[in-house]
Amino acid sequence: MSLSIKPVAATGETVFDLAAQPLRELNCALHKLSADTNETFWRVLNPAGRHAVAAGLDAPVIVEIDGPVGYYCAGMNKQASVIVNGNAGVGVGENMMSGFIHVRGDASQSAGATAHGGLLVIDGNASARCGISMKGIDIVVKGSIGHMSAFMAQAGTLTVLGDAGEALGDSLYEAKLFVRGSVASLGADCIEKEMREEHRALLAAKLEAAGILGEVDISEFRRYGSARTLYHFHVDNVSSY
Amino acid sequence: MCGIVGLFLKQPKLEPELGALLSEMLDIMCDRGPDSAGFAVYGAGTPGFVKLTLRGPAGTDFEALGAEIGHRVTPRDTHGVLSVPAAEEPAVRAALARLAPGLRVVGAGSRMELYKEVGLPADVAKRFKLEAMSGTHAIGHTRMATESAVTTDGAHPFSTGPDQCLVHNGSLSNHAGVRRLLAREGLPVATENDSEVAAAYLTYRMRGGDTLGEALTHSLDDLDGFYTFVVGTESGFGVLRDPIACKPAVMAETDDYVAFGSEYRALAGLPGIGNARVFEPEPAKVYFWDRAA
Repeated sequence: MSLSIKPVAATGETVFDLAAQPLRELNCALHKLSADTNETFWRVLNPAGRHAVAAGLDAPVIVEIDGPVGYYCAGMNKQASVIVNGNAGVGVGENMMSGFIHVRGDASQSAGATAHGGLLVIDGNASARCGISMKGIDIVVKGSIGHMSAFMAQAGTLTVLGDAGEALGDSLYEAKLFVRGSVASLGADCIEKEMREEHRALLAAKLEAAGILGEVDISEFRRYGSARTLYHFHVDNVSSY
Repeated sequence: MCGIVGLFLKQPKLEPELGALLSEMLDIMCDRGPDSAGFAVYGAGTPGFVKLTLRGPAGTDFEALGAEIGHRVTPRDTHGVLSVPAAEEPAVRAALARLAPGLRVVGAGSRMELYKEVGLPADVAKRFKLEAMSGTHAIGHTRMATESAVTTDGAHPFSTGPDQCLVHNGSLSNHAGVRRLLAREGLPVATENDSEVAAAYLTYRMRGGDTLGEALTHSLDDLDGFYTFVVGTESGFGVLRDPIACKPAVMAETDDYVAFGSEYRALAGLPGIGNARVFEPEPAKVYFWDRAA
């Protein structure tokens, strides 16, 4: 799989077993890492659904978590690559600024919420409110997403290989949504838009970043975006204010 | 917040461990609801007999009470369980009301026992010796009170019909109206708690002939607010989330069991969880499993 991030040369593996060591120690150790650290590969064992695993990182390291994680895994991430070999709970990658998160299972609600940058790849499904209020992140979901996804999404891309639930893109700003399967319904002010060459190129770049370019037919995707009627003042609505 | 756990066994082999497994799940959900806790366990029953779970004020002498009413009462901390022939249930209830007016019958049914108390859930489970209980299915709750006071009466589960119980994470906005409907239908709700209204609503529907699944489907139309419900009946186990799916829920299913947790952490210690089908129940979709089916 090719990643959009630069591969970091692993100079050794630091193993951290959450069945034996406190989570706070893991996160403290990860927070202390500097940009030129030699401890560039961390393996976390037995997460058992704990919350905030590898949250708040700011160093170009790889953290691979063997098992399911709870809420806010890799939240606020900067620079780091966090790989979850299992499912992720609510808010995986929330407020990510940069870096890469790969969930090799399903993700719960609010995956990538409010995130400004970086790439979040989910191999399975993401449930409700995926990409809510996203502000620049690229999200690629290989399965389907739940209702109210991309609610008030401001910037970035959400690419879905499966289906989207009810009220996709409600009150959307300028995020771009690509869905290959069905959309149960569009939210207020979200409309289907023409898929032009520049959009196909953009989608291809996101698929490439997620390592699946060539595995899916780009012509099968449809693009959704904002009709831009909600967030611009319109004089006809003056009596509503 | 609030935490819910539930375990419904499909095979008898885990039945002796039901209480131990639920106890561990409840412990982990202490973080979500440290005010109070409760659980209902569907254990062994005797045909023709009704089990009554009693809750008395601290210091209640359940053995002496049993001697007075002529039925042995097995004490468990502030609760006691007795088994009486079904025909004698009204007379026993009348005798209990006369002899011990401070005592409440918190659960009744052929197999269900129901315990709840104020306190840290891990401590509550220990006080009642949950880890030693066996049965086919069980439901537990850890409470962080929002809509009514932190009292034992406000703790979950709520039981409003024989072998029926409900736990709830969320808050209902139309419980006053539903409460009036139920009162008119002869189903008064004992506490001020919104969740008891939901329990009584399901009892009302099932009393009218609904299956558990049908009753849950009707509640989508009639109950307004935020909710994840987990419901137990004599042979069944149901789950329902509101259409917006405000409150968290994760489930795991194997050949041996169906398990429910507010968070995955609660399920992480279950046997065979690594190979279980783990999924989030869909909003506004009724899930139920029935042993009789």
